[in-house]
Amino acid sequence: MTAIVTVLGHDRVGIIAAVCTLLANRNVNILDISQTILQGAFTMVMSVDIGACEIAFGELAAELDELGKDMGLSIRIQREGIFDAMHRI
Amino acid sequence: MLNQKDILATIEMIDNQHLDIRTITMGISLLDCCDCDINKACDKIYDKITRRAENLVRTGEEIEREFGIPIVHKRIAVTPIALIAAASFQDNINNKNKKSATPFALALDRAADVTGVNFIGGFSALVQKGMTDADKILIKSIPEALSRTERVCSSVNIGSTRAGINMDAVALMGDIIKQTAEYTREKDGLGCAKLVVFCNAVEDNPFMAGAFHGIGETESVINVGVSGPGVVYQAIRSIQDAPFDILAETVKKTAFRVTRMGQLVAREASKRLNIPFGIVDLSLAPTPAIGDSVARILESMGLETCGTHGTTAALALLNDAVKKGGVMASSSVGGLSGAFIPVSEDEGMIAAARSGVLNLDKLEAMTCVCSVGLDMIAVPGDTPSETIAAIIADEAAIGMINQKTTAVRIIPAPGKKIGDIIEMGGLLGSAPVMPVHSESAAAFIRRGGRIPAPLHSLKN
Repeated sequence: MTAIVTVLGHDRVGIIAAVCTLLANRNVNILDISQTILQGAFTMVMSVDIGACEIAFGELAAELDELGKDMGLSIRIQREGIFDAMHRI
Repeated sequence: MLNQKDILATIEMIDNQHLDIRTITMGISLLDCCDCDINKACDKIYDKITRRAENLVRTGEEIEREFGIPIVHKRIAVTPIALIAAASFQDNINNKNKKSATPFALALDRAADVTGVNFIGGFSALVQKGMTDADKILIKSIPEALSRTERVCSSVNIGSTRAGINMDAVALMGDIIKQTAEYTREKDGLGCAKLVVFCNAVEDNPFMAGAFHGIGETESVINVGVSGPGVVYQAIRSIQDAPFDILAETVKKTAFRVTRMGQLVAREASKRLNIPFGIVDLSLAPTPAIGDSVARILESMGLETCGTHGTTAALALLNDAVKKGGVMASSSVGGLSGAFIPVSEDEGMIAAARSGVLNLDKLEAMTCVCSVGLDMIAVPGDTPSETIAAIIADEAAIGMINQKTTAVRIIPAPGKKIGDIIEMGGLLGSAPVMPVHSESAAAFIRRGGRIPAPLHSLKN
């Protein structure tokens, strides 16, 4: 099952490392990453496979949220379906 | 992979433009709960609802978490209780309780509490052509039922395009609304916020207070109501000064996206609960939050204040474009589907009403071109019941002639005068008390009987 992780906030050292480490520790495979700085704000969108994830979706979402709070970022994970539904016919 | 811009646009809509799923409403048939013993009937109702809707709230929250989209309400709609209660009101049985349907409302309230839903609709009667004994008992129980319960919503259908308008029921509802306000006097007549009078009521409406599970429906069903005034507002603001055809296209595209999300959530809820998907209701349902207002959408089209000349045309365009965009996005569209204009629940409407630009007469005109009717309107507490009945009759006439659903949800706030504000809290918002015409309609309402169904040809 594919999900989308989005990370928004002020740029700083180690954001990608921290997010990827958390995902790797939970056995979540990263399929694609795109990252830019939009008007000074760090913006990263990751496509991840959560099929083999060791914990429930809700727990993974909570861990990412927690990491985001620690780093002063907004980190969320959403099932891919919502974006497909809204932007593809 | 998905386009990064699209992903961020969705997140922007959820975070800053109040995009949400307004409600997942589970319809449950209670037709198998009839019993000549009222206590047994109430037990069956409670058991069936708590069994069927056991996982509704939990499933809604799961979907919310996984897709990252807020689902504001989880609710239940049941078969109109007057139909179920009729068996318990037979002559010579249960004489003690014969005159009241309140025990049914209490059972619904308990079931709503246990399942965790915030409203349960269906304390209802369908009396467009005539009232059975059970209908009369239920309607007369409404003031007590709504004052003794927290989550029960009530609706009465008093007219239809096929049957005409039951003016006896209209007159009765004028009284019942006044009594309901009196029974909930200490809360500014809050009971009336949970009571809707319909013409052409629909059987699959997921929105409260008018939701009930129609008798043409299946055993249980999942209906979803979407929202999104904030998203439409931002979309229109981004194309300032564009001509109307571009404006309409922009609204259509936005409605399409919002509805696709509703369809996804409805399918997902249906699958997880193992209950058939019914419809997506494409409604622009405002909330009192800044930036989530239908009135502000109309103003963003170029009107100084909602309610001024041009408002009806702007609303007609909006309502039609929302439907056109939404219809293609869902496999099954139903319910009320259109823009809602509840005064107390819409920050821009409240402001327009307070400024005096938006009055009852203009609101009535607006209901000719949108869903649903005179909604969440506060009027002075000393408004005569015949005047309220006449307001209902006017609104029902619009629905009857134009083959559309219309409704009245009006609060004659006890002890309040024009210009006072009543606070209902939460999504029900706050409403300025609006003036009504002081000239009497009592002799008109006293006639009784039925306004015949209209001709379906010679349309002019």
